[in-house]
Amino acid sequence: MRRLLPYPLLGLSLLLLWMLLQDSASPAALLLGAVLALAGCRVLVALRLPPTGPRGLAALASLRRLRALVALLGDVAVEVVRSNNAVARIILRVPGAREGRSGFVHVPLDMRNPYGLAALACILTATPGTVWVDYDEAESIMLLHVLDMIDEEQWVRIVKDKWERQLMDLFE
Amino acid sequence: MNGAADLPLWLALPVALLLLAGAGLALVGSIGLMRLRGFYDRVHAPAVVSTLGIGCVLLASMLYFSVLQTRFVLHELLIIVFVVVTTPVTLMLLTRAALYRDRRENSDEVPPLPED
Amino acid sequence: MSATLFGWAVLAAQILLVAAMACPLWRVLRGPRAQDRVLALDTLYIISAMLLLVFGIRTGSTHYFEAALLITLLGFVATAALAKFLMRGEVIE
Repeated sequence: MRRLLPYPLLGLSLLLLWMLLQDSASPAALLLGAVLALAGCRVLVALRLPPTGPRGLAALASLRRLRALVALLGDVAVEVVRSNNAVARIILRVPGAREGRSGFVHVPLDMRNPYGLAALACILTATPGTVWVDYDEAESIMLLHVLDMIDEEQWVRIVKDKWERQLMDLFE
Repeated sequence: MNGAADLPLWLALPVALLLLAGAGLALVGSIGLMRLRGFYDRVHAPAVVSTLGIGCVLLASMLYFSVLQTRFVLHELLIIVFVVVTTPVTLMLLTRAALYRDRRENSDEVPPLPED
Repeated sequence: MSATLFGWAVLAAQILLVAAMACPLWRVLRGPRAQDRVLALDTLYIISAMLLLVFGIRTGSTHYFEAALLITLLGFVATAALAKFLMRGEVIE
């Protein structure tokens, strides 16, 4: 089983992707999708990715982690809507919006898991108003560019309290 | 416009609102691209277009075709997933490229490399 | 009645999107630096995919969806390649 389907989650998502692309759940689409999913997993085996954590991706399957993941995705959705509004106000210079001063922030991180860091980078960059710029592996300090610089301390706290803790729960 | 003639109002209203919201956000984002000063400020503007902007339009499309064809049309989810995954990657790649170029030219706009 | 309203809303969305395409186009032409142009080009890809989706709703055909998917796919690859070019001066090493 392990040899036939080394990445069950990836195989399932590939199958789902194929069915969405075909926009059907007919036996033909299912069969071809399954073949493609198996082939895709083979490619990933050949690439030899590092394991996703102490327990691998299978750890995500536990109920507690699944709940944490759903909570995280909900937080990201809320944050995206909120920051879209904030950035739109800055762009349109709505009266009452602060005259935006932008700048770079150095944020020291405690997280070391590469997948967790990648997730953090994607979340920060996908929400308008913050862009992950650089990461210094030796010092474990990341460089962030923010459009609305309140003050440096506050941004460090937002990143660490809001995202880093949740991601560390998930990945470490 | 085939099929739009017998469009019920409860469908027409949310789809129209979602379309207008998405297009409006796209306009806001691209105005930001024109108006903001400096590359590092402008990097934030396309994120508005490619998160909520395209999200609203895709939601409208999903809703419209699902009701019109009386079955679930979900393949717009593919674009949503794809855009959500690729937008941060392109923005990060571009910012890093810009940072690299600015550092090479010793621009004082960006923080220097950490001392070691 | 609701069809007329809907038609106007779709038309308005299309006009807004075309207006939204003009700004990045201006940025592509004006620069000032290469990274600004690439960023604007990436935004153009996304907005044109949105325009195609609205076209699909207007004509009631799902065929435009495939074109929109292709544009987002190719846009990502193109921008990634351009960013790599800006960094290294060549795409394939």
